[in-house]
Amino acid sequence: MRAKAEKPAWKRRWRKRMRDYYNYRYAYLLVIPGFVYFLVFKIAPMWGLLIAFKDYSPFAGFWQSQWVGFKHFAEFFTNAYFYLMLRNTLVISLMNIVFFFPAPIVLALLLNEIRLEKFKRVNQTIVYMPHFLSWVVITGITFFMLSSDVGLVNKVIVNMGGEPVSFLSNPKLFWWVLLLQNMWKEIGWGTIIFLAAITQIDPSQYEAATIDGASRMQKIFRITIPSILPTIIVLLILRLGHVMDVGFEQVLLMGNPFVRDVAEVFDTYSYNQGINQGNFSTAITVGIFKSVAGLCMVVASDRIVKKMGYSGIY
Amino acid sequence: MKRITYGDVIVYTAVSFISFLCVAPFFYIVSVSLTDPSVYVPFKLYVIPEKVSFMSYSYILSNPNFLNSLKNTVFVTVVGTALNIVFTFTMAYGLTKKGMPHRGLFMGVVIFALLFSAGIVPHYLLVKSMGLINSLWSLILPVLTNSWSLIVAKSFIESLPEELEESAKIDGCTDIGIFLRIIVPLSKASIATLTLFFAVGHWNTYFNALIYLTDSQKSTLQVYVKTLLVDASTGGAGSTGMVDLLNIPSETVRMATVVLAMLPIMAVYPFVQRYFVKGVMLGSIKG
Repeated sequence: MRAKAEKPAWKRRWRKRMRDYYNYRYAYLLVIPGFVYFLVFKIAPMWGLLIAFKDYSPFAGFWQSQWVGFKHFAEFFTNAYFYLMLRNTLVISLMNIVFFFPAPIVLALLLNEIRLEKFKRVNQTIVYMPHFLSWVVITGITFFMLSSDVGLVNKVIVNMGGEPVSFLSNPKLFWWVLLLQNMWKEIGWGTIIFLAAITQIDPSQYEAATIDGASRMQKIFRITIPSILPTIIVLLILRLGHVMDVGFEQVLLMGNPFVRDVAEVFDTYSYNQGINQGNFSTAITVGIFKSVAGLCMVVASDRIVKKMGYSGIY
Repeated sequence: MKRITYGDVIVYTAVSFISFLCVAPFFYIVSVSLTDPSVYVPFKLYVIPEKVSFMSYSYILSNPNFLNSLKNTVFVTVVGTALNIVFTFTMAYGLTKKGMPHRGLFMGVVIFALLFSAGIVPHYLLVKSMGLINSLWSLILPVLTNSWSLIVAKSFIESLPEELEESAKIDGCTDIGIFLRIIVPLSKASIATLTLFFAVGHWNTYFNALIYLTDSQKSTLQVYVKTLLVDASTGGAGSTGMVDLLNIPSETVRMATVVLAMLPIMAVYPFVQRYFVKGVMLGSIKG
């Protein structure tokens, strides 16, 4: 028998490593395509973030452009427009959380109370539908509903003797229109996760409550809601973590010159500056700010969720 | 027969009302789009068409710009989704191999992509440097897979019993053989779900098409619809040059275009809806 004690430890480890590489060669083959994708399209672009620290000029290229350190960031934070965008972002997000977040919960509770399976199924199919539409289509539908000249709502108003309301060009109403769109699109889809949580509730609790003579409302408030409260809280905190993310395509499509002051958010500004006007340095500065701020929020919210005893997103 | 309580009445009414609000816009738009353009007056209120006509539809379906954008979108959706599934499931399966050296590196890259994003401009510069501007591949390659889908696929594969793999190994099957002959057939549900998500994602793509495709010949469906809709009706600025020789009012045409843009999804949706829901439920319970 070979005397194992004669082989040095590092050589043994190296041999084992080589053997592993060989054994898992097909696994590597399967992983490589996806891995290359991530390297090329997710890791490599991070390089471009350095442009924020330069005075990038497309003519000079990357290497010839001058390093300016944090100049762009300083300019950005002292620009009054920054606070405008911050306000818009936070308002849209917080309105979403306050008004939209509870809606799917309420709908899920309602759906749960339906005893006719067929009715429940049909309605679920219906309310999930808007989720699958593109923002272009939803913007189109919004225009057909709310346009001041041809929108259905205004036609009804005029028919009843009123004056048409310009829903789409009134800055005061812009945020509400966004909220409404979001509600219409996502209220149905949002119920899925809550309904899934409700199905996890032990039915014997309800049976015991019935024996104790509990009313329907009591069952909802004393059993159902407390049981899904952990899910609600986790989702709420994670949603708060994404407070910097307002629907970019939605805001971009709904924006128009009349509502610019209430519709401009970081992503739209970055898009405008970078791709339309070629101010790469400015655009990437804004992008970095939003990503970093967003990341802090996400990590903080994840920490909180984990501290409460639940598994986070990663 | 169970007694119907007041609570029941409230619940059924409320749910019906919400469902009504969800479908009402569809009905309105379809109704107007089917109205004969010669009797449609833009400012009048219609619920049911006075005279049904498919003229708006035949007008669009013969419009070369529309058909071109449709063709592009179909190409991107079919090719893109197929590649999505291939890249996602191969990597997902590879990632389930716990003994693989450097597995942490591969997982790390996935998690990294979940948390960090370089942003719009760096991605644009990357696509530009690859010479993909104005190519339909700019809508396919940058989105070959994503962290969320990978994690869903990986979770699903990991839920399959290990004994299957082990017994196949004993029979002398290679990893790739196992993947193709065992894992893939058993993952049909997950593949179906992800296929639908990817396909819908491609079909609905607007922003990427907007910035990467400058040639109107390469335009995709959503971009085309957008130029038709939004650019014409902001602030009541009157119709565009969509009113042509036939004098078709732009409104019916625009609505018909929107209907066509959502038709494929709406047509397929009722049948495949349960796969979506199941997939999301699995994802949410595991997550």
